[in-house]
Amino acid sequence: MAEDTTTPVLLFSEVAVGDRLPQLAYDVTATTVVLGALASRDWRPMHHDKDFAVDRNGTQDIFLNTPNQAAWFERFLTDWTGPHGRLARMTFRMHGSVFPGDTMVFTGVVDEVTVDDTGCGWVGVDVTLSVGDDVKTTCDARIAVPVEGDDNPWSRTGDRWQP
Amino acid sequence: MTATTDTVEEMRALIGVAQYEEAGEFPVERGYIWTTCASVENGNPLFWDDDAARAITDGLIAPPTMLSVWFRPHHWAPDRDAPHLPLQIHFDLKDRLGLPEAVMSDNTIVFHDPVRPGDVLATRQILRSVSDEKTTKLGTGRFWVIDVEYTNQEGALVGVESYTGFGYRRG
Repeated sequence: MAEDTTTPVLLFSEVAVGDRLPQLAYDVTATTVVLGALASRDWRPMHHDKDFAVDRNGTQDIFLNTPNQAAWFERFLTDWTGPHGRLARMTFRMHGSVFPGDTMVFTGVVDEVTVDDTGCGWVGVDVTLSVGDDVKTTCDARIAVPVEGDDNPWSRTGDRWQP
Repeated sequence: MTATTDTVEEMRALIGVAQYEEAGEFPVERGYIWTTCASVENGNPLFWDDDAARAITDGLIAPPTMLSVWFRPHHWAPDRDAPHLPLQIHFDLKDRLGLPEAVMSDNTIVFHDPVRPGDVLATRQILRSVSDEKTTKLGTGRFWVIDVEYTNQEGALVGVESYTGFGYRRG
């Protein structure tokens, strides 16, 4: 196996409040929207039928559904932490829709770093999905990352996992 | 129609009570995990590399954010009973409290034990709160919080989604 997956990519000690995550930009197409709807088994027509979206929803086109946006936020966060990063909590606020032709841009800023009384290292990230100057969705995320090289948040169960 | 004090108290009596318990229609499966990862180009080795999954998560897991996917039915299934609407309690509240309009202001997902291929999940809905009457720019109505809890076949909690809704009459 070419890739070393046993060594954590990101350690808690390497993270500070104010750190910016590597930005992710993605050109959305109709295929992106339909793939996302299918992947989350969301069969509602405004996520695959442009005529329905325009005539019935009054939107300019089909648009990215919420559950698939959650999958995009997860990818954005774990691209940064690597596979040892374990998501604990996400709070979403929707402000506007994402359409084919949009370039969606994910940005994130670390807003909290704490270690709980079980020794778990927690990072809070304020993530924003924007198109141009418009904020479309925000996500407050809490993710655990290894405190030491041999620590693994995924091995935590019961009272030692306090999401 | 405006809700009587009795109706509000009747709905509040359901706070903390598990309702609409339901089992998933099919087990958690790897094909759908790959479909989801492909849709967002998620190359996390946990979902693609069995050795990495064994080393880090003690075996294969599903992406945490797929929690609610396992309860969205396929478009068709033979002899299917009509499934409960997701967030049926939300529609019950609108109906019983006589609030024709509603919006969801935000939602939170909390992840507990990992979900793994082969798991058969169950879900239940729990009303957490119903506010007194409030007036916002949308109109006059009430806020409520509904939790959707997900458990696996061993009864372990795998996640909780919390929804804040506002049911209202236009001002």
